Amino acid sequence: MLGKLTLSAIPYHNAIIMSGVGFMVLVALAVLGSITYYGKWGYLWHEWVRSVDHKKIGVMYIMLALVMLLRGFIDAMMMRSQQAMAVGSSHGYLPPEHFDQIFSAHGTIMIFFMAMPFLVGLMNIAIPLQIGARDVAFPFMNSVSLWLTVVSAMLVMVSLAVGEFSQAGWTGYPPLSELAHSPGTGVDYWIWAIQISGIGSLLTGINFMVTILRMRAPGMSLMKMPVFAWTALCTSVLIVLAFPVLTVTLALLTLDRYLGMHFFTNAMGGNLMMYTNLFWVWGHPEVYILILPAFGVFSEVVATFSGKRLFGYASMVWATIAIALLSFTVWLHHFFTMGASANVNAFFGITTMIIAVPTGVKIFNWLFTMFRGRVRFTTPMLWTLGFIVTFVIGGMTGVLLSLPPADFELHNSELLVAHFHNMLIPGALFGYFAGMTYWFPKAFGFRLDERWGRRAFWGWLIGFYLAFMPLYVLGLMGMPRRLDHYANPAFQPYLEVALVGALFILGGIISQIVQLIVSIRRRGETRDLTGDPWDGRTLEWSLASPPPFYNFARVPVVHTRDAFAQMKEEGDAYQRPDHYEDIHMPRDTGAGFAIGVLAFVFGFSMVWHIWWLAGLSALSILAVVVGRTSRDDHEYVVSADRVAKIQKQRYRQLASVSVVVTGEDDHRIAAGA
Amino acid sequence: MGKRKHPMTGTRLARTDTGARTRRRVYRIGALSTLAATTLLGGCTPNMALLDPAGPIGAHEKTVLLTAFGLMLLVVVPVFVMTAVFAWRYRASNKKAAYRPKWDFAWKIDAVVWLVPAIIVTALGVLSWKTTHELSPYRALAGSKKPIQVEAIAMDWKWLFIYPKRHIATVNQLVFPANRDISFKLTSATVMTSFFIPRLGTQIYAMAGMRTKLHLLADKTGTFVGRNFQLSGRGYSDMRFKAVATTPAKFHHWVQKVRQSGQALTLGKLKTLEKPSIPKSVIHYASVKPHLFQRVIDQFRTAQTARTKSNT
Repeated sequence: MLGKLTLSAIPYHNAIIMSGVGFMVLVALAVLGSITYYGKWGYLWHEWVRSVDHKKIGVMYIMLALVMLLRGFIDAMMMRSQQAMAVGSSHGYLPPEHFDQIFSAHGTIMIFFMAMPFLVGLMNIAIPLQIGARDVAFPFMNSVSLWLTVVSAMLVMVSLAVGEFSQAGWTGYPPLSELAHSPGTGVDYWIWAIQISGIGSLLTGINFMVTILRMRAPGMSLMKMPVFAWTALCTSVLIVLAFPVLTVTLALLTLDRYLGMHFFTNAMGGNLMMYTNLFWVWGHPEVYILILPAFGVFSEVVATFSGKRLFGYASMVWATIAIALLSFTVWLHHFFTMGASANVNAFFGITTMIIAVPTGVKIFNWLFTMFRGRVRFTTPMLWTLGFIVTFVIGGMTGVLLSLPPADFELHNSELLVAHFHNMLIPGALFGYFAGMTYWFPKAFGFRLDERWGRRAFWGWLIGFYLAFMPLYVLGLMGMPRRLDHYANPAFQPYLEVALVGALFILGGIISQIVQLIVSIRRRGETRDLTGDPWDGRTLEWSLASPPPFYNFARVPVVHTRDAFAQMKEEGDAYQRPDHYEDIHMPRDTGAGFAIGVLAFVFGFSMVWHIWWLAGLSALSILAVVVGRTSRDDHEYVVSADRVAKIQKQRYRQLASVSVVVTGEDDHRIAAGA
Repeated sequence: MGKRKHPMTGTRLARTDTGARTRRRVYRIGALSTLAATTLLGGCTPNMALLDPAGPIGAHEKTVLLTAFGLMLLVVVPVFVMTAVFAWRYRASNKKAAYRPKWDFAWKIDAVVWLVPAIIVTALGVLSWKTTHELSPYRALAGSKKPIQVEAIAMDWKWLFIYPKRHIATVNQLVFPANRDISFKLTSATVMTSFFIPRLGTQIYAMAGMRTKLHLLADKTGTFVGRNFQLSGRGYSDMRFKAVATTPAKFHHWVQKVRQSGQALTLGKLKTLEKPSIPKSVIHYASVKPHLFQRVIDQFRTAQTARTKSNT
């Protein structure tokens, strides 16, 4: 009836896990309790859970990312403290089977449930606004993507309390991840969590690719798009091309584990290197999926806060496209040490270092954007400067690793760990933080507190250097990654410094939490009444903060890059239209949430081999999809009158902060005319 | 001087020389300062295995590492300088600096930012092509003497080394004469692993049902740490061995000693050895069943052959 699931699946005996579970349950109860106490269930259901509004979906994505960032960071703290103490005869406080779960969960969470939701959240909030669209191309699919991602993250969280998580690393290399070597449910949780969220990501990729290609405002040719839209487009194309490979690879591993097949097993003709190749055919583009949108944020931020056009727009765009294409030609550098011929290794080594060229171009273009500008050191700009300086170090070690002879020594070492954190923390996460601070007033109507933002930045930056520079040295000392204990006492001082670094990052994270609380409490002081708090250059800043649910009352006509900066210059940025028209908007629906919940049930029952429930939930998903598809009331009309009323308020608000509004005040409404 | 207190810790200098604590503290300060030094200069300290190679492969790889590092500083240092200078000079409060909000392109700058990285990457590409071929793990090292043959088998969680020409085997101990090519053949009786002796350079995967090759050479005697560098389950952290480079005479003597250890590595012993364990000490085998290495590879293949046969 319940498959492999019994009460013994809950690790009662493990105090560390149970305190984690206890904490998780307490937080969940506190959240649920306060929703009930304040009577917000209805509000939550109607305004958020059922919403297909890209702005709300974006906010929910980022909330998920922040929660999972905390979880992933707790894992990181546990690893750092374990390694700081587990020298010689001391094996620390974590046995290997627990330590291995922690680093596997840390990697999986940070990539799939922190970085991916964060960048998708930013894309959701900003992209339709930047390109003058009223929503994404497929609003319902957007909601499905969100809920598939959320429930996959929950599947990882549940694995803490019921069963275990994978011990095979976030990459899940077979044969270690095969049934013969990992008989528990850990690998199955890992498979289903990333399989389900991967489908969500694929849908997101399709959605944004179509949105950006088909829904731009009139006049906005591709080469007039904001650079963030370009990077989002390239990321979406990469998602569409790469994620199916992950889906298939995981499906093959699933067949091995569930039906006794032999795609990647040691015997019966299975080949683990096939998995490794396929995994990185997805995995390397994935790195650029994570980083490109952050590059887009940096481009927006550096131009806005330098009060200047972005330097070398065309170079920036071509560099982005080049990086996206090249990302598919380098996967083999993840395993130079498999014994391939020198020709093969040299080829992939050289394609890898070629990526450094367009990346270098980007760095210099950001620098020349500051050149002859008026640089304002707001927190988004601090994240950007911190990124530039730190990222080039990571880029440098990346090129070192791309040299096969160097990689023969550095592969799988702590230096590699330092390298990819050096790419993803400044390169991706700092960009997401910059983007979050930059677009926060757009989403919520008030700015984040600058003082706590600066503290958070310094905590993260100093913490980053302290935590990861020692790992570079440890790599040169010959320390491999993923050790739960080690014999060489010379490693220890460096690992202690790394722990101190993690504590600084903790300080940064606490500052961010305080920043949120302080900002919400003092929102009266930082309210954004113009909708343009940073003197922005792109269309999203032409709207109210937060924008009305339909975004644009009249779809703007674009003539130049930095369209809004141009409009402001010409003095017609806030033009009252002579009439309004009816607007078609997508109707909210609970179907996306229902599919998500059913997908969770499906994933959970597959993990525990509860076949009847898996079949039932799969059929139910199908039923919901068919039911939803066969209805034709997906849209509704917002009358021109209602639009006019909402817009009138907006112009009144603008007048209250003495922004010059052009056009007739007492206009006629030509509804439907 | 004698009664003065230490300026940093406030403790008497005389008191601190009592035990290991001082050494550890001094050691930590030393480690911290070398941290900066090695990161910036690629300097060399006794603990930096990769910067203190004990053989030509490691030495060559170290040169590649440092050459590439130096070349890249040509781009990285200007970035540091430009970030600091531009950010400071063009800060919003500095009204004296030029402000050209519409200036967004200069073909000379654009050309330089494409060409300079391109030239450096071309140089690195040439270096990469050349050294990847020179340092291919499958390439035998030039030398007058015949290489020492070693067959390495990764197991949960230990290394079995077979000396096929000498018909002996060891677990977690690899002894060889310095200044002589060691020719490895590697496979795994379990999951994927990676064989690496950091001070000698170049690691290579050992995978079940497959055979990889590696050539190493130590140009000085000494005992080095070797280990598995690829996560392989619970005992992964302890999956390490001693690599001892010694003189030809001592090597010969050691071989004789192993031969007299009495124990034979039979198929039955191999099966026991393959079971997951972390050996407490080194194991010696005075004799080895012939073609054992190939048998370990074939055990995964035969199942496949059997399957193919039954299907046809």
